[in-house]
Amino acid sequence: MTLQELRTMREAGKKAMERRIVEGKTIEIVVGMGTCGIAAGAKETLDAFVDELTSKDVKNVVIKQTGCMGFCHSEPTVEVHMDGMPDIIYGNVDVETARQIVHSHILEKRLVDKHVFDRPAKDIVKEK
Amino acid sequence: MALNNYCLVCGGTGCESSKSDEIYKKLKEHAEKAGISKQVQIVKTGCFGFCEKGPIVKILPDESFYVEVKPSDAEQIVNEHLVKGRPVHSLLYKTSDQVAAKSEADIKFYQKQVRIVLRNCGIIDPENVQEYISRDGYAALEKVLFEMTPEQVIDELKKSGLRGRGGAGFPTWLKWSSTRKTPADQRYVICNADEGDPGAYMDRSTLEGDPHSVLEAMTIAGYAQGATKGFIYIRAEYPLAIHRLEVAMKQSREMGLLGKNILGSGFDFDVEIRLGAGAFVCGEETALMQSIEGKRGMPVPKPPFPSESGLWGKPTSINNVETYANVPVIILKGGDWFASIGTATSKGTKVFALTGAINNSGLVEVPMGTTLREIVYDIGGGIKGGRAFKAVQSGGPSGGVLSAEFLDTPIDYESLTKLGSMMGSGGLIVMSEDDCIVDVVRFYLEFSVEESCGKCAPCRIGGRKLLNLIEKVTKGNATLEDIDTMRQISFAMQRASLCMLGGTTPNPVLSTLKYFEKEYMAHIVDKKCPAGKCKDLVTYSIDQEKCIGCTVCARKCPQNCIAGERKLPHEIDQSRCIKCGACYEACKFGAVLVS
Amino acid sequence: MSPTVMKETKTVNIKVNGKPVTVPEGTSVLKAARLADTKIPSLCTHPDLKSWGACGICVVRVEGSPKMVRSCTTTVVEGQNYITHDPDIVETRRTVLELIMSNHPNDCLNCPRNGSCELQALCGEFGMRGVPFEMGIRDLPVDDSTPSIILNPTKCINCGRCALVCQQLQDVWALEFLNRGDQTRIAPAGDVKLAESPCIKCGQCSAHCPVGAITEVDETRKVWNFLRDKEKHVVVQIAPAVRVALGEEFGYEPGTVVTGKVYAALRRLGFAKVFDTNLSADLTIMEEASEFVERFAHGHGELPLITSCCPSWVDYMEKYYSDMIPNFSTAKSPMMMMGSMIKTYYAQKEKIDSKNIVSVAIMPCTAKKYEIQRSEDMKSSGHLDVDVSLTTRELSRMIKQAGICFRDLPDEAADTPLGAYSGAGTIFGATGGVMEAALRTAYNMVSGKNLGKVEIATARGMEGVKVASVMIPAGGKEIEVKFAVAHGMANVRDVMNQVKEAKAAGKELPFHFIEVMACRGGCVAGGGQPYGSTDEVRQKRIAGLYSDDAHAAVRCSHDNPAIQNLYKDFLGKPLSQKSHELLHTHYFVRPLYVK
Repeated sequence: MTLQELRTMREAGKKAMERRIVEGKTIEIVVGMGTCGIAAGAKETLDAFVDELTSKDVKNVVIKQTGCMGFCHSEPTVEVHMDGMPDIIYGNVDVETARQIVHSHILEKRLVDKHVFDRPAKDIVKEK
Repeated sequence: MALNNYCLVCGGTGCESSKSDEIYKKLKEHAEKAGISKQVQIVKTGCFGFCEKGPIVKILPDESFYVEVKPSDAEQIVNEHLVKGRPVHSLLYKTSDQVAAKSEADIKFYQKQVRIVLRNCGIIDPENVQEYISRDGYAALEKVLFEMTPEQVIDELKKSGLRGRGGAGFPTWLKWSSTRKTPADQRYVICNADEGDPGAYMDRSTLEGDPHSVLEAMTIAGYAQGATKGFIYIRAEYPLAIHRLEVAMKQSREMGLLGKNILGSGFDFDVEIRLGAGAFVCGEETALMQSIEGKRGMPVPKPPFPSESGLWGKPTSINNVETYANVPVIILKGGDWFASIGTATSKGTKVFALTGAINNSGLVEVPMGTTLREIVYDIGGGIKGGRAFKAVQSGGPSGGVLSAEFLDTPIDYESLTKLGSMMGSGGLIVMSEDDCIVDVVRFYLEFSVEESCGKCAPCRIGGRKLLNLIEKVTKGNATLEDIDTMRQISFAMQRASLCMLGGTTPNPVLSTLKYFEKEYMAHIVDKKCPAGKCKDLVTYSIDQEKCIGCTVCARKCPQNCIAGERKLPHEIDQSRCIKCGACYEACKFGAVLVS
Repeated sequence: MSPTVMKETKTVNIKVNGKPVTVPEGTSVLKAARLADTKIPSLCTHPDLKSWGACGICVVRVEGSPKMVRSCTTTVVEGQNYITHDPDIVETRRTVLELIMSNHPNDCLNCPRNGSCELQALCGEFGMRGVPFEMGIRDLPVDDSTPSIILNPTKCINCGRCALVCQQLQDVWALEFLNRGDQTRIAPAGDVKLAESPCIKCGQCSAHCPVGAITEVDETRKVWNFLRDKEKHVVVQIAPAVRVALGEEFGYEPGTVVTGKVYAALRRLGFAKVFDTNLSADLTIMEEASEFVERFAHGHGELPLITSCCPSWVDYMEKYYSDMIPNFSTAKSPMMMMGSMIKTYYAQKEKIDSKNIVSVAIMPCTAKKYEIQRSEDMKSSGHLDVDVSLTTRELSRMIKQAGICFRDLPDEAADTPLGAYSGAGTIFGATGGVMEAALRTAYNMVSGKNLGKVEIATARGMEGVKVASVMIPAGGKEIEVKFAVAHGMANVRDVMNQVKEAKAAGKELPFHFIEVMACRGGCVAGGGQPYGSTDEVRQKRIAGLYSDDAHAAVRCSHDNPAIQNLYKDFLGKPLSQKSHELLHTHYFVRPLYVK
């Protein structure tokens, strides 16, 4: 193997590997994966997040899955936590919206207004 | 299609023995059935360290930390978590207040740990070199071969302050530098993986979880010292570690990371595995080299040091697994970065195998200078059954016993030596009020006597005499003069033994005589064992007031020496009692007394 | 790379207990201290062997360091001051000695080494008055399976000298360490009996043992019983090397030639005739030189010719180099030739029935006890040609038992017809002596005249392998005889390999004639000689033999009138039918391990 081949191999695997590491990741995307969510296409949404983050080379994001958040009417729902931004729940997040969230919310720190479900998740959970 | 989830299954020896391999296979099987095998990567990694709760399965990216997983749980993990995204609550690790931990960060066991040596353990698949490379693997080798001179490598190590992790803490750079400076046509580097302390498995776990880091470091060591040949001396009782090393060596050779003209740099280096038969003394470097040469593993006097005349008379440097595992990180992040961790004299981290009367036994990596209290209480979760802490034994059979008054001592090489113990390879055995110090000393002496190579008189004979005297104490037959005799023998053994094994055999005796003299006195003067461990000094009797005559003790007694009418107080026939303690364990009314 | 340093003997300036002393670089502290009037006690180190630091007695301190180091294996370092005795050092040594004694049977009065035991002497110096530890003597079976040496492992202190001699000096590997810890003992590998092991009976183990754990088989009583038997005609022969060593037992300097006193002592012990093995050494030369000339000048038989007078070498060859049997001289050893001549020639001449003759040999050697029963060839007279072979040490005991004041004895002469010898016969006892003696005669046989200068200096000296050649005029031209002399069994391998390689490659032979002696220095330091053989002692004894040669009236075997008469009266000529029957032998392939 040449030096260049080694470097290529390292770069190729690096992105996938970094996703196994938790430390230093400050942004959290939680996708609701209840039965309702999955039925509404949450799996595709999740794949879209993974794909978009990988292609944009965004490293400090953790994607998590959770059960039904209780907003079955607006599935798929996605919660985003990041420093300097309010905790936001987005509703009706399809593949396109997911890419938009990465692009606007995460990279440009602009809310994707159309899809904001305005109450922060933790307050909702508390009330339950 | 990118992967959504990672499912990491611990493949360390501990978890393997509790069927983690079966869990791994079942997970794959169910993922296949559920049609998600393309979206989930199921990886068998090295040890997670939290062996108390094994087998462990970790799901990424949401960091669910499943403990004590059984093969039958695999289906639920796949169908609930991986398919539906709902963590399996019943398998999650529960913190002390019984709240399910959402991730590793919530588990106290991991909070104070800093992972340098174990950086890849529990994250990568140790049998896949690409995963290692993706975690900056062989980047240090690359840097060394193409950007650094051997002197610069040694300088970087010098800056880092890295000291040998296998025992006395000799500065690694100095070892390398003197080996390099000795003129020779051939030099050798050796990796000492002959981990032999009872209860220690740091090196095994590192090799199982991250074999490439050691291979990379050995190659760097070869480059820095002008050696083209390395040996890994590993005990044959570590089949999984040997297997992973062999796989790693094969992969590295195929990829040109080991062998001739590494990465086109013109540097040749290869490694050979040599199996040890498990003699403790072969962890001593000169005995280890004798063993590699095919001779009986007996230490030879130093000087000459291995760096002057080692394997087959050639300059040789011997470092242990943990020392090596630090090297690639130091090269990549710099010696200054490494030196910023730890205490004034001891830099970096240390991996400990935490065992004994502790809630969270397992493998922990902490910065040098962490106190015993942090390790025992914060990471270890305190003493089992809420008992009182009595002591910690560090440094294996060669180490000493530290009492409660030293709980807040920051641990490094110097502080442990000052207290009559030593860092050793990193075994930490925690003892509670239920443990008898004299009995523990007897255990270690038995080990050292058994493992003495038999070459030098002070160790061969002195160890046995010490053990005889300690046995006298546990039997209640010792006199105060015997304490003086123990000190006399210890004095001579420390000074006249040929190697560290003999020289440190008296350490457990001396350190306990210093910190636990009272317990010796109880055995010798009062003929009592306060912990109730020394059978010859214990009497079991039945409190006639408390006994309700339930007959449970009588039924449990293997000697049938407990008699009494049903519903009337029972009694133990002392002449036949073998002091096994079965009645004590069995009685629900606290009616069996130990004195 | 460091610049090449010219090899020269550098010196180092150190202090011993504050006293300045200058010693050669590389000297051990133990040796250096001796040069500064200080004797450091040790039980395991020996000038013949690489010190390996087993006993732990010789500890000293370097001023400024609290640690103790072994003086035997510590090399002096410029400027350091070595403290060889302070209260701590003496206390440590005493404890180690007490520990050794706690595993040693206290039966000095029944011990073969009573009076010559190094441990006993040390206990005397330390004023040992009892052992403060529990005794732990192991009751191990005695190995008396060979006719030469007895192994009594109960008395062994595990100093390792015997195993080191057997492995390093002799390359025999009959003795090995078995087991570990305080169960360690020295025995043949696989725990077989010595007679079933590769042991060549050289007895160097017994000569180096500091205690009574390995000794020669004592047959003095057997000889006394023969001397008591009025029916028996008991005659005796003494070997070349005995005359320069026996004196040491009676206070003479090593190398003092006491031939006349030995004859006198033997007569006073009651031997009917006193013969000299030096004469049969001349006889061996006659046969062996003839054999050489046959092979070398006439092409009858294999070259190189290899000497066979050393029974340990014969045993070694039969075990390790049996493929070289055709190269061996078939001539018996001088002892066996003398035995044969006593029971045939002498018996006929004196008209004594050979069955009533008892022939006793006094030898520097333990293997001779084995040789007398080596094969049926050793009974050429119809009886054992030699009935008993005593070592020099046994003879000295007989002389002491008889109360003979050796120093006061007059010089007497040996008996006819087997007493007179040439200078060539006497140098058999030194390494290179057989070669020199044989070449003196071979030269004459080929050229028809004696060497102008009979001394062949290139065959002399303590070099492990000596290689040289002698030019012999024959038919108007000079032919070169290339020879090699090896002593100390470990030096043989290289010589034999050179021969084998040349043969395999079809190249010219490196040597035509090879002399091998199993013991370093030759018979003068045989396994049966007085204790204390070191190179210094060896050289003194060798010098004694060369002076005996230099003072001899006849310097060549073929010029010895007694030999000429022997051939004229009885044998005919060298290599005659009679010679072959009485003076030659056969060799066998023997396995390293029997069974």
